[in-house]
Amino acid sequence: MNRITSLFAASALAMGVATANAATLKMAYDADPVSLDPFEQLSGGTLQLSHMTYDPLIRWTQEFGFEPRLAEKWERIDDTTMRFYLRKGVKFHSGNEFTAKDVEFSFNRLKASPDFKGVFAPFSGVKVVDDYTIDVMTDGPFPLVLNNMTYVFPMDSAFFSGEDENGKPKDEIVKHGNSFASRTISGTGPYTVSYREQGVRVEFERNEDYWDSESPGNVDKIIFTPIKEEPTRVAALLSGDVDFIAPISPTDYERIDNSDKVDLVTMSGTRIITFQMNQERVEAFKNPKVRLAVNYAINQEGIVDKIMKGYATAAAQFSPEGYLGYNPDLKPRYDLEKAKALMAEAGYEDGFSITMAAPNNRYVNDEKIAQAVASMLSKINIKVDLKTMPKAQYWPEFDERSADMMMIGWHSDTEDTNNFFEFLAACPNAETGAGQYNSGNYCNEELDALIAQANTEIDPDKRAEIMQEMEKIAYEDAAFVPLHWQDLSWAARKGVDIAPIVNGMNFPYLGDLVISE
Amino acid sequence: MLIFLLKRTLQAVIVMLVISVVAFAIQDNLGDPLRELVGQSVSAAEREMLRDEMGLNDPFIEKYGRFLKNALHGDLGNSYFFKRPALDVIIDKLGPTLELVFGATVIIVVFSIPLGVYTAIHPNTTFTKIVMALSSIGISIPVFLTAIMLTYIFAIQLGWLPSFGRGEPGQFAGIESAYFSVDGLRHLILPCIALSSIMLPLFIRLVRSEMLEVLSSEYIKFAKAKGLALNRIYYQHALKNTMLPVLTVGGVQIGTMVAYTILTERVFQWPGMGFLFLEAVNRVDTPLITAYVIFVGFIFVVTNTLVDLLYGLINPTVNLTGKGA
Repeated sequence: MNRITSLFAASALAMGVATANAATLKMAYDADPVSLDPFEQLSGGTLQLSHMTYDPLIRWTQEFGFEPRLAEKWERIDDTTMRFYLRKGVKFHSGNEFTAKDVEFSFNRLKASPDFKGVFAPFSGVKVVDDYTIDVMTDGPFPLVLNNMTYVFPMDSAFFSGEDENGKPKDEIVKHGNSFASRTISGTGPYTVSYREQGVRVEFERNEDYWDSESPGNVDKIIFTPIKEEPTRVAALLSGDVDFIAPISPTDYERIDNSDKVDLVTMSGTRIITFQMNQERVEAFKNPKVRLAVNYAINQEGIVDKIMKGYATAAAQFSPEGYLGYNPDLKPRYDLEKAKALMAEAGYEDGFSITMAAPNNRYVNDEKIAQAVASMLSKINIKVDLKTMPKAQYWPEFDERSADMMMIGWHSDTEDTNNFFEFLAACPNAETGAGQYNSGNYCNEELDALIAQANTEIDPDKRAEIMQEMEKIAYEDAAFVPLHWQDLSWAARKGVDIAPIVNGMNFPYLGDLVISE
Repeated sequence: MLIFLLKRTLQAVIVMLVISVVAFAIQDNLGDPLRELVGQSVSAAEREMLRDEMGLNDPFIEKYGRFLKNALHGDLGNSYFFKRPALDVIIDKLGPTLELVFGATVIIVVFSIPLGVYTAIHPNTTFTKIVMALSSIGISIPVFLTAIMLTYIFAIQLGWLPSFGRGEPGQFAGIESAYFSVDGLRHLILPCIALSSIMLPLFIRLVRSEMLEVLSSEYIKFAKAKGLALNRIYYQHALKNTMLPVLTVGGVQIGTMVAYTILTERVFQWPGMGFLFLEAVNRVDTPLITAYVIFVGFIFVVTNTLVDLLYGLINPTVNLTGKGA
């Protein structure tokens, strides 16, 4: 089969036919998505798939701007309503026409999905104005309407209505069962799934009637293979068995960079890696001076250089550059002498002992980072008893707040600063769910008030001001220990031009991929 | 014979029950399966609700009782990731694993017997020394390292063979297998070599030591004294008696190789049972893990029983009904 395709390719070349036509892409990620249902799980894997088989109303650009997709344009009608004008003449894979009804259907499904209902909680609903116009309403003024619309992948409402052969509703969302939507696709996206053997291979065919005729994409078939093992994934690329792989471990960067057959593309990521200092478990952490000392003792640049091999950005706040709340004045502040002085001022010159926990297979080099932090803290006489474990065991431990300092990485689902604060730095409150991942129990009412304010401020400039102030407060108060934003990485053989289609959200727009040879 | 069978079956049932308790008990220590099913920002209350719905909050005895009841009906639960019955998923992956085991077995049989016999008959030649040295090295290098080296040499540097996967399997008589297509065969070579890399030296040494033992026995000396042709002594009389213990050990070893393909499958991304198991552990797919442990336990029990039976057939002096058979 392979030989036949390459034979065709060779003869096409020989005849001088434009080579920009009909290319096949063989790609490998570390895992394949659990489900074909775009609304079942809010995860990178699902979003990567959704961008291949469905289209969102709008999507992120590489610079964190918005690009119209199924919504052509939008306007704010009042403080709580945004109107979206939909693209006409778009067809689902089933052949059904795409209209506002489908958006309404999908929106309601999102609001019912356990994974997405949190993100969509501020919305009161949608109203179909006509076939190609829809109003999205929020309970109060809400600044992130557009951010959230990048999650609205309209599903084919006619196709997903009714019951499947087992008598179950076709639109049901099941976390641990075999629902119709988890194995069937009818979207508007550039690809349809033509074959799927879960965990082994998924094959995609180009959607012949794809609405976006402007797209330069020339890949008409994608063969997707999950390859779990890092060295195998790299070997598959270097040996030419696949054309495109992700992610790549920093230890392999040099090897890939040195090869003249493949290109490495890296990009600053948006996932912040942090440590939290538990004030309920350790009395000393209640003292801002001790927290500051910890921050001064940790050398972020050193970790980035030595452990991340330069493929990360040292951080002093939650927000990566490009986010509204990014505060350019905040810099990493490694200063061992100052850290020692602060410890002495706080009366902890002789230090104390703490426990620390981190996962060992969740973030890039997580275990090594934790070890480095532990040894840096020993310089200010904080003795660390470090425990690392696989992520599957780590999260239950994290939920129990079972160590004095715990590592957590966070990617903002809304690509917005406030999300970091709501989950990681707000006063923990079991009822509202605020501070759900704030294992440090850091609580600052001034900050909480600003978080609430940022949630209703719809003027972007004012909002930026508020959120940059929030970052500053957290920095000065040493609410947590920011470490770095880890880089994202992809690699492809030469001729597969991935640089324009990858992004910081890590869902490559494969529909627009061009293979030149 | 019948009593023996009944006895063995009863033993097997008890062993399987113990395995099922252990397999089920480890579930709670593997992590939280729900974490792998939901996004990071799903609220604690929402997670608790889903956990209730899935029956994860029930007491151990209740969970185990429910599991055992279903298991007796042949239902080992549904895999969270595959969303299908766990046993079906495992059986689907059994084929590819057996392909590897079969390939490795062929390599082992074809090379270990002649090499083992040769090194026993000619203990002092240079070739023997080379074989023995290589086999020591072979035993001491871990499979994953062998596998990575093979990939590096044959896939990346030379580009002769594919680096991962099972390729496009072929169809023959309604059965799908990598052995029925050129592409599939090419994909089989490296993993099969890697898988046999530990077992082959073991077998060479086993054949050799058994052969040496037989060669030093009285009846061989007698045959030599009697003036029988050496070839006849070696290949007819000695070899036959060498093969008996080799078969016993070999049978068990090859049976259990089904469970030892994990590393090879992982490095080569071979879609078999071992790879499936590792993935299931990573995803905390507890029903699949439990089903796998029980399934592999079952294979062990069955192979051991079969080998005992075979032993009796080959060597009639073995008393099957005897105590503690």
